[in-house]
Amino acid sequence: MELFWYIVLMTMLTIYVILDGYDFGAGIIHLFFAKKEKDKKAITNAIGPFWDANEVWLIASGGVLFFAFPTLYASSFSGFYLPLMMILWLLIFRAIGLELRGQVHNKMWESIWDKAFGISSLLLALFFGIALGNVVRGVNLGMVTDGVSTHEPHYFFLPLWNSSFSPHAEHLGIIDWFTLLLGVIGVVALTIHGANWIIFKTNSDLNEKLKKVVFNLNSVLLLLVVVSLFIWHIIEPKPFHNFITHPWLWIFPLIAFSGLFGLFKVKSFQKHGMGFLFSSLFLFGGLASTVASIFPKVLPSTNAINPDLTLYNVAAHEYGLSVGVYWFVIAVILVIIYFTIQYRVFKGKMDDVGYGEH
Amino acid sequence: MEDMLFYDRMQFAFTITFHYIFPQLTMGLSLMIVYFKWKFLRSKLDKYNDAAKFWMKIFALNFAMGVVTGIPMEFQFGTNWAKFSELTGGIIGQTLAMEGMFSFFLESSFLGLFLFGEKLLGHKLHFLTGFLVFLGSWASGYLIIATHSWMQYPVGYEILENGRYVLTNFGALFSNPWLLPSFLHNQMGSVITSSFVVAGVGAFYLLNNKHSEFGKLFVKTGVIFGLVSSVLVAFPTGDLVAKNVVKHQPVTFAAMEGIFETEKGGSEIVLIGQPDVVNKKLDNKIAVPNILSFLTYQSWDAEIKGLNEFDESLYPTNIPGLYYAYHIMVGLGTIFIGLMLLAAVQLYRKKLYQTTWILWTLMFMLPFPYIANTTGWYTAELGRQPWLVYNLLKTSEGISPTVSSGNTLFTLLGFIGLYILLGLLFLMLAGKIINKGPETAQQH
Repeated sequence: MELFWYIVLMTMLTIYVILDGYDFGAGIIHLFFAKKEKDKKAITNAIGPFWDANEVWLIASGGVLFFAFPTLYASSFSGFYLPLMMILWLLIFRAIGLELRGQVHNKMWESIWDKAFGISSLLLALFFGIALGNVVRGVNLGMVTDGVSTHEPHYFFLPLWNSSFSPHAEHLGIIDWFTLLLGVIGVVALTIHGANWIIFKTNSDLNEKLKKVVFNLNSVLLLLVVVSLFIWHIIEPKPFHNFITHPWLWIFPLIAFSGLFGLFKVKSFQKHGMGFLFSSLFLFGGLASTVASIFPKVLPSTNAINPDLTLYNVAAHEYGLSVGVYWFVIAVILVIIYFTIQYRVFKGKMDDVGYGEH
Repeated sequence: MEDMLFYDRMQFAFTITFHYIFPQLTMGLSLMIVYFKWKFLRSKLDKYNDAAKFWMKIFALNFAMGVVTGIPMEFQFGTNWAKFSELTGGIIGQTLAMEGMFSFFLESSFLGLFLFGEKLLGHKLHFLTGFLVFLGSWASGYLIIATHSWMQYPVGYEILENGRYVLTNFGALFSNPWLLPSFLHNQMGSVITSSFVVAGVGAFYLLNNKHSEFGKLFVKTGVIFGLVSSVLVAFPTGDLVAKNVVKHQPVTFAAMEGIFETEKGGSEIVLIGQPDVVNKKLDNKIAVPNILSFLTYQSWDAEIKGLNEFDESLYPTNIPGLYYAYHIMVGLGTIFIGLMLLAAVQLYRKKLYQTTWILWTLMFMLPFPYIANTTGWYTAELGRQPWLVYNLLKTSEGISPTVSSGNTLFTLLGFIGLYILLGLLFLMLAGKIINKGPETAQQH
C-alpha cells in the first residue's frame, strides 16, 4: 500500500512539474524575450486559462503527501521552512502579476507586473531545482552535532546556506554548489519547456526566434546534465545500484535522453506540439531516473546515526491508506474528465482568448 | 518555547483571517451568480446576464486572492505545526487531500471555462460551468469543516503507543455530529456576506443615480438572499451549533456566554458586559433573565453550568476574547435579521428604492458580515483552546520542533507586509470594477 501511494505521489509531482513547468518557462521567456505588447499578450493568453488548474497539482500533491506520508510531510516542511515560505511568496507574486496586469491600462502598472511575473517565474524554477537537489543530497536528520542527535531522528532544520556552500559540510545549507547546479538545470529545462508550449499554443511572431532559443539552450542543458551525471556519485555513493538490480529502470534515462536529443531537431518539426512533447519526455525521464536512483529513500540522512527516511518508515497506517484508494480512484476519474473538457474547449491556438482583458 | 507558540499561533491566525475574507464572498457569490444566469436562461432578459457578468469580475478577483492566500494555509500545517501533522496526518490529511482532489480540481478547471468560455460554450453550458464552480467551492468548505469538526470533536480514531492517531472509521469523519450544523451555519454566513455585498453595491448605484436598473436588481436580490440567509444562520443552524458546544464543550459554552456562576432557576442571557476574569464577574452587565436556558434547553428554568463548576485548568485560554468574539457575532447577526426584515417589508410595499435611509444603511453595512463571519470563526477556534484536538492534544504540543521563533517571526512579518500589499491592491481593483459598473449587452 505504501508503494502504491508513493507511485501516486511521484506521478502527481511529475505532472505538476510538466504542467506548472511550462507556466514558469513561459514566464522566463516573457521576461527575456517578449518585448512587444503583442508577444506578451500571446504568452499570457497561452497560459492564462491553465495556470490555476496547473497549480492545483501542487496543492493536491501536498494533500496526498500529508495524508499518506505524514511523517515525511511534517519532517520536510518544517525542515525546509524558509525555502518553502519563499516559494509561497513567489507563487503569490507570480499569480498576482499574471492576474492584475490587465486590470489597469497604464504602462507603469503593466511593466511592474510583467517584472513580478517574470522574475518570480525564474526564481521558482531555480528554487524547485534546488529543492530536488536537497532531496537527492539528503539532510542532517535528527540534527546531529558531535555524534549526538539533538532532536527526534526524523526532524531537521536547514538555513538557506552555510559559509562553504558545500554539500559535504557538517552543517548543510539549502543552497550549495550541488543544489545550485540542479537549480540551474531546472531553469534551463523549464525555459525550453515554456518556449515549446508557446510555440505549440500561439501563432506569435516570436515562435521562429523561440525555436533558435530552444536549440541553443538545449546544448547548454545537455552539457549541464552530463556534468551533473559525472558528479552524481559524489553525492550518492551508489547511483547505479537500483539500475543494476532492476535493469528495466534504464527505460527512464533512455526516455530523458530521447527527449533531450529529439529537441535538437526543433527547427524541422512539422507539428507545433512536437517540441513540447519532447521537453515533457525529458522532464518525466529525468525526474523518474532521479527517483529510481535513490529509491526507496525519500529523504537520505547525511549522518551515520539516524537512518534515511524511506517510503516505508514515513507512511500512515494501513487502514487509512486502503480506504483512501476508493475516493482517490473516483477523484482521478473526475480529474481526467475535467482536463479532457478543459483542453478540448481551449484546443489549438489561443491567441484570441482575451485573457486578462477587462 | 512560549514565544514560538505565540508566533506560530499569530501567523496562522493572521494568514487564515486574511484568507477567509475571500472564500466567504466567493462561496456565497457563486450561488448568486448561478441564480442570475438561471434567471437569464428562463427570462431571456439581458440584464440578468449582464448582472452575472459583472459579478463574475468581482468573483474572479476574489477567487484569485483566495487561491494565492489559500496555498500558504496547506503548507503551514507542515511548516509550523509539524508535530500536529505527524501525529494526526493520517486522519485530517484524508479530508484535506480530498479537498485538493475533489474541489480544487473541479473549481479551477471550470473557472477558466466560466470566465473565458461564454462565447465558445453557449449560455446553457456556460451556466453549467458556473454551477460546477459553485459546487466545487461549497465542497471545499464542506471538507475543511469536516477537518475542523474532527479537531473539535474527534471521532473514528485510535491512539497508538507512540502517540500517533490512526484512522479506524472513515465514515465517522462524515457522520460526525459536529459537521453538518457547522457546515450549514458557515455556508449561510457566506451567503450573508455575498447578499450584503450585492445589496450594498446596488444601494451605492441607486444613491448615486448610476446604473439604476442594476441598482434595483442588486438591492432586490441582495435583500431576498440576505433575509433568508440571516434567518437560517441563526435558526436552525446556529442553534444546532450552540447545542453541540453546550453538550460536548460545556466549559467553552459558559465562557462564551459569560456565565461565571451557575444560576439556580434558569440562566440569563448576557447582551452587553465586560468580563473580569480575575474577579469572576461581568462589569456593566445588561442581561435578560431565563432566556439562555430557554434557548438552550427549551425550558425556562433549565440549569446551565457556569465556569465555577469547572477546574481552572480546563478553561479556554482567552476567556474575554472568546466572549467578545461570540457576542459580536450574535449581536451583528441580530442586526442583520432586523435590517433585512425591514428592507424586505419595504420591498414588498414597493417603497424600498425610495427609502433612502435603508439604502444608506445597506451600503454602510457592507463590511459587517465580514466581521461577523470572522468573529464566528474566532469563537470556534478560541473556544477550542488550549486544545488542538479537543481534550486530546494541546496546541503547545503541536508546533514544529526544529523551527526557531526568529524564523517564524521573520515569515510572520513577511506575510504581514505581503498581505497589506495584497489588501490594498484588492480594494483598489474592486473599487475600480464597482465604480465602472455593469456593462449592458448593447455596449458590447
